[in-house]
Formats: sequence, C-alpha cells, structure tokens
Amino acid sequence: MIEYWNPQIERMPVEELKDIQGEKLCNLVKYVYEHSPFYRKRFDDAGIRPEDIKSLDDVTKLPFTYKKDLRDTYPTGMFCVPNNKLVRFHVSSGTTGKPTVVGYTDNDIKAWTTSLARAMTSIGVGRDDIMQIGYGYGLFTGGLGMHYGAEETGCTVLPASSGNTDRQIELMQDLGTTVIGCTPSYFLFMIEAAKSAGISFQDDTDLRVGVFGAEPWSEEMRKRIEESAGIKAYDIFGTSELSGPLFTECREQKGIHIWADQFLVEVIDPGTGEPVPNGERGELVITTLVKEALPLIRYRIGDITVLNWDECECGRTHPRIMRVLGRADDMLIVRGINVFPGQVESVLMKIPEVGEHFMIIVDRINELDLMKVQIEMTDVGFSDKVNDIINLEKKVASALKGVLNIAVKVELVEHGSLPRSMGKAKKVIDNRKL
Amino acid sequence: MIKQISLFAENKPGRLASVSDKFKGAGINIRAFTIAEAGDFGIIRMVVDDPDLAHKVLHDSGFTVSETNVLGVEMEDVPGQLGMIAEVLGEKDINIDYAYAFVTRTEKAFLIVRVSDIRGAVKVLGDAKIKLLDMSDVQNI
Repeated sequence: MIEYWNPQIERMPVEELKDIQGEKLCNLVKYVYEHSPFYRKRFDDAGIRPEDIKSLDDVTKLPFTYKKDLRDTYPTGMFCVPNNKLVRFHVSSGTTGKPTVVGYTDNDIKAWTTSLARAMTSIGVGRDDIMQIGYGYGLFTGGLGMHYGAEETGCTVLPASSGNTDRQIELMQDLGTTVIGCTPSYFLFMIEAAKSAGISFQDDTDLRVGVFGAEPWSEEMRKRIEESAGIKAYDIFGTSELSGPLFTECREQKGIHIWADQFLVEVIDPGTGEPVPNGERGELVITTLVKEALPLIRYRIGDITVLNWDECECGRTHPRIMRVLGRADDMLIVRGINVFPGQVESVLMKIPEVGEHFMIIVDRINELDLMKVQIEMTDVGFSDKVNDIINLEKKVASALKGVLNIAVKVELVEHGSLPRSMGKAKKVIDNRKL
Repeated sequence: MIKQISLFAENKPGRLASVSDKFKGAGINIRAFTIAEAGDFGIIRMVVDDPDLAHKVLHDSGFTVSETNVLGVEMEDVPGQLGMIAEVLGEKDINIDYAYAFVTRTEKAFLIVRVSDIRGAVKVLGDAKIKLLDMSDVQNI
C-alpha cells in the first residue's frame, strides 16, 4: 500500500503551493477572458482587466460566479471550448432547481481522476481493494467520477450503481467487496436491509472502508455507521459544477483535503463577501485552476464550512475544509434563526431511543413559523405507557431546543414510515408561502 | 402473569386494519384489546392466544412492538368487584398504570392490569384469594 499518490505535490511546502496558485490564477483569468464571452462581459462590467490580476492576493478583486449564472446560460453558454474539444457531458440532478450542464475536455477528466486517485490513496484504498460503487451512474457525476478515480489507483471496481439493495448485499459478500461508496443515507438503508436478512456487515463481509457523500452527514452519524458496520467511514466532497466528487478526508478524519494545485479555496462571510479569518465558519468559494471546458471563477458553492491551512498529521500540506456543515441552500430560516438539517441529525444521533430517520416540517400559522420534527420510533425507545412516549418526545424537543435555540414540536412516527432514499435524502418539507 | 402485545401506531386511518390483517394471516386470535390514544400516536394493547407468534409477525412486518407482562385478574361479573381489586392494590401502594376489562361467555369478567409492582401485586391479590389468569386460561377463553 502506498502512502501518497504524488508525494512531491501532496507534501509541497505551502509557500510553493501558493506560488503555483498565483501563477495559475493569472493564466486562468486571461484564458477565460479570451475564451468565454460570459466572463469577458462579467469582467468588463466589473471594470477588471486580466492584467489587473498579478498575484494570488488579487483574487478578491474578481467578481463571484453563481449557480444562477450556469442556469441563465443553460446549457453551454459559459463553456470555454467548442464541442469538438469535449469528451463528456454530465447534467446535475437539479435538486435545488433547474439542472446545470457540465462539459469536460480530456484533460478535465484526467485532472478529476487524479484528484480522486490522490484522495483514495489518502484513505488507504488501492490495488488490493475491491470497491463497490453505489453512487448512481449516468448523468449524475457520482458513479462515473468515483469509478475513474478508483480504477486509476488500481482498485478493482464493481459498478453497482444505486438501488437493487438485495443484489448489492449479495455481490458484496460473493465478490468480497472491501470498500463501498454511496450516500450515507443509502448505506444506512443497506445496513437495515442486511440486518433484516440476518446479515451483519461486520461479521459476514470483508467491508473495511466506506466513502460517503453527496449529502451532508454528521460526526455522530459517522460513529453510528462505523460501529454498526465495523468499517472506517470517510467523507467525500465535490459538486458537479466543479467536475463531481473530488476530495475526501485522509485517514486522520480531520477535514477534507482540497488539492491546492487544482483548486483555489476561499471561505467568505456570505453577507459581506469578505474573507473570514483562517479557522472561522463561512461560505465556501472555489476557483478551478486547471479546468478547460468550464472553468469557474470564485464560484459560490453555497456550502458552509471552515478552512484550515495548518499542516495535517498525514503529512499533506494542502488545505482542509472541515466537514461540510450544511448548504447555504439547505439552511432554513425559522423565526429568524438559521437551522441546518445537519444540526437536527447530530442531536438525534445522541439519543439512542430514536432512529436516525427524520423529517423537518415547517409551517406558518397565524404569521408564526412552526417547526416540527418527525422521528421514527425504535424498539429501544418504545414503551407501552403513553407517558413514557410523551416524555421521550419532550426529551428530544428539549435537546433540539438546546442546539437550535427555537421551540420544536417532536412527533414520533412508526418505524419505516419516513421516506428512504437511494440518492440524496430529502430532510425538509417547507410548507410556508414565503 | 399474562404477556400482552403492545404496539406503537400512528393515529391515522388503516393502521388497525393492517394489524388485524397480519393476525388473520397467521391465525392469531385476539382475546382482549384496547387503544390508548395520545394525539398523533396511539398504543394498541392486546391479549392474544399466541403472544410470541404475534410479536414475531408484527415485528417482521416492521411494526414497533413489545411484549409486556401484565396481570389478568378474574372477577365475578357483579357490581363492586372492580372496586375491591383496586382497593387491595391501593392499600399496598401498588399503582395501576393502566387497565382494561372484558366479559366472557361465563359469569366471569376479566381485568387486564399493568401495575407498578407486578410481584407485589401477585402476592396481595393471592392473599386476598383473587384468581389470576395465566396464558393457558387465555387460550381457553
């Protein structure tokens, strides 16, 4: 097993990395100005000339790019290359609106593959492994992205895609899968399905590593997954606009390494657009330094995170973003207070009497926001005395209030009654007409 | 002592039908039955002829279900009986968490009761010469 995919780059001193970033940024600005009418107009409107960008520090002079820009120029209005240079399209799922189209040149695919090969190596996955990819294949970037990255490391890939859970579990046992990649909610669903068939991931499979992403999940959920399946669970991060899944945590599990020679990361105050100090929470902004088909300048991803440039114990010098705390898009504002579904999840994970499946329902009644959380009852929490159940609801409500600072009505529902998802789990129903 | 089947159910149409349907399929007969309703949810409590099978059938169908030890108390079907039993328990400071009753084809009535101290209750009711049911009595009702 190798420790680093590319030790020279992954352990490069920070100053050298920043020099590379500065150089690539200047070239990128010239490139998009010349090749994309969209960026040319955006820069002209902001009064920016490519020659104004002389170093890494000048990045803050550049205007932001938003998801809306990709939608407004649908399908390919922001591309910097003609069709004959493209080797692939992916189309986003459109979970938060109209879909967006991403194009890739041959080099774009190679860079994406390299990014994941470094990431997979950093969690100790390589040619001795069999990886079952339970992310959807097709227009979604999850399946094919992981596939190329895993193959690059020499790992044997089982392209299972999502769904068909019984078959997945059967193949996992028959072929000796050691690594699984899928959404964390789907993996929990698989654990449940295996359990009801009398199969324990811990005792009856060779599974040792899980790579979970495409939706936010908490530290408590990680513990639950690791304990119930007997594996190490790592977070993977990326979005289709940037290529797809790109980065993971390393074996330290203390943040997701963003390859600084490929991407420039900033964390800003979402209100003012100003950078926040190292180590403070803010909105993630990413500039693609090497993409050819669809480069993005200061792209407002919308995830809330913390950036950390401190050197990691794994020896990698590339900065880490702390596990994504939620999406600015997923954030609910209830009675003027910001609420992330991830906060609700971490509270529930600490209460063994209730299950990890929940749904947040927000209504507005007589001009007042009412937040209700439905949670599935478990065998552990069930008592045949009405009072015990009411007390459990109160206990959960008070734990939620302690974290969210708003009153929440808790409703226990039957096991299995909330929707399970094969892809991104829907955790919020907002009935307010805002 | 009697094993009671207790079941968590959301308060919405069709839930009871679903339970009953599972029992029908497994040939389980319900002897006594009550629903405690509390707003959004309810707890269905049942005495059946085969509680272990009932538990398995419901659990395998995805219900949240438990088996609870309760007392089955035989009463004469005449005025004053219920009060007498409650008094015996009350004197020993044994609380009744919940209770429900049913009459049979004979002159007897049965009271199903969950108490705070089941061993204590068995003793004081026995001392008062009150007959308690066991599972074989339930099967013969």
